[in-house]
Amino acid sequence: MTDLSVDLGFCVLKNPVIAASGTFGYGLEFQPFLDLNLLGGFVVKGLYYDPRPGNPPPRLFETAGGLINAIGLQGIGVERFAEEVLPKLQGLEAAVIINVCGDHEEEYAMVVDHLNGLEGITAYELNISCPNVKQGGRCPAMDPDATFRIVKEVKKISRRPLITKLTPNAVDITGVAVSAQEAGSDALSLVNTFLALAVDAESRRPALANVLGGLSGPAIKPLALRMVYQVAARVSIPVIGMGGITSGTDAAEFLIAGASAVQVGTANFVDPQATLNIISELEDYGRRHNIEKITELIGTLKI
Amino acid sequence: MHKDPSASITHKESWGTYHMLTLNTPEIATLAAPGQFIMVRTSLLHQPLLRRPFSIHAVSGTELIIFFQSVGVGTRLLSLTNRGQALDILGPLGRGFDLSGDLKGLQAALVGGGRGIAPLFFLANELRKMGADVRIFYGGNSEEDLVLRERFASAGFAPDCSTEDGSYGYHGLVTDLVIKDTREAYAPDRLYACGPDGMLQAVGELAHGLSIPAELSLESIMGCGFGACWGCVHKIRKDGEEAWRKICEEGPVFLAEDVVWRGEDR
Repeated sequence: MTDLSVDLGFCVLKNPVIAASGTFGYGLEFQPFLDLNLLGGFVVKGLYYDPRPGNPPPRLFETAGGLINAIGLQGIGVERFAEEVLPKLQGLEAAVIINVCGDHEEEYAMVVDHLNGLEGITAYELNISCPNVKQGGRCPAMDPDATFRIVKEVKKISRRPLITKLTPNAVDITGVAVSAQEAGSDALSLVNTFLALAVDAESRRPALANVLGGLSGPAIKPLALRMVYQVAARVSIPVIGMGGITSGTDAAEFLIAGASAVQVGTANFVDPQATLNIISELEDYGRRHNIEKITELIGTLKI
Repeated sequence: MHKDPSASITHKESWGTYHMLTLNTPEIATLAAPGQFIMVRTSLLHQPLLRRPFSIHAVSGTELIIFFQSVGVGTRLLSLTNRGQALDILGPLGRGFDLSGDLKGLQAALVGGGRGIAPLFFLANELRKMGADVRIFYGGNSEEDLVLRERFASAGFAPDCSTEDGSYGYHGLVTDLVIKDTREAYAPDRLYACGPDGMLQAVGELAHGLSIPAELSLESIMGCGFGACWGCVHKIRKDGEEAWRKICEEGPVFLAEDVVWRGEDR
């Protein structure tokens, strides 16, 4: 049987499958369908310091093999999270990663500062890449300097490892990746959603109230794979790959392209047990290929 | 809530674009309550990608029925399924109609518009079991939309019908039919409605005018159906505060007085 555990340097995951932020609620929503302990980890929905109202509906639009969303990071804020949710996430075998949001550098630091003293958190994922909260889809991860500043600022006060989540909407994602590494990020996760537009030809109006949204799902997989491949070649910190993964084979592809672990996003909506299926399919893959440790796959693309 | 990866279709009926599927799904059927819904995978490929929500039309033993209209790719694929095939479903989901308290003698008016009639059959049966006096108001664009007329009638709920084109029953909106009856002699204690947003809003206004409660079942595109994606929100008042709340989790049934319609937003 293939050993699925992966060592990210700052923590060991029992398998490389992590549920992605924004697609897994606060984790609790999935408990009727699966045992959270079976996952490598999960990233909770993005947290601002204060509660956020989110965008008006319609917030979702389905496309060929994909989903455009503009939720706008609606959420309960860090205080309610600490009081109502985090106590229920204690003692899990899975890594519990908190997706940290901010309107400005100080807010990221405020969220981390509030969470630093609390138990049951494995790492922070710095969300500098959501396309749905600022006009025109702009976000700090589009710019290497803005990325550097925020990562550096948060790293200074963080008592936990920092994963920086990158946007595919940057002109050069590898440059942003290098900036995050230089600023002290412990790992990178990529990609967030692709800035997208859906048009209703009948009404000539945008299909989403926010006009622009972020595209995810199987439709983006080849683009995400390309970016993971390019970024992994440029940095020495672990890369967590994501974008349209729905099967064990998809996950293996990301590992081969250079990812040390993967995140599963939109597939969680389609099937709340998607992560479990992916883990068992990855096991099958390992068996079929006589792989002793799944880490043997990482970055082994034969060119 | 459960996932049943193989709920087998035991019966199918179709009327034009409307379809009814009976599914054998013991765990989900036995837990289901009126107003709740299931999420159905309409394709095992990635097109369409997301599951589709369907309110539960009826429950009998280990079986439940969904009634739907073919309006897009997902529902069209579902309309092409046949007896013996299995569907991957999640359910029962959401919070249904409020059936708590003593409902004996309650004058219940159930208002359904088009495919929105779906959950009202389940509700009518449960209300009757609890001693309520049920009347069904069933509206559509034209006669072809009122395909469940006979099904309701043979269950003892002969509906009062309306069509916008006047091809059957009252000529006009179903809500105008209810208003007409309440002006004559009908005095409902509570309204229950499912249908297009405009109809639901009108039912809410009618209930307000009559100083009675109304429960509205909202429809929305949904990403997941179980509260994880935050995609299906509607503005809802709760504890004096208006917020985008998830239809799949806090609804789909809300009290009309809590539902904020577009234009009412502050």
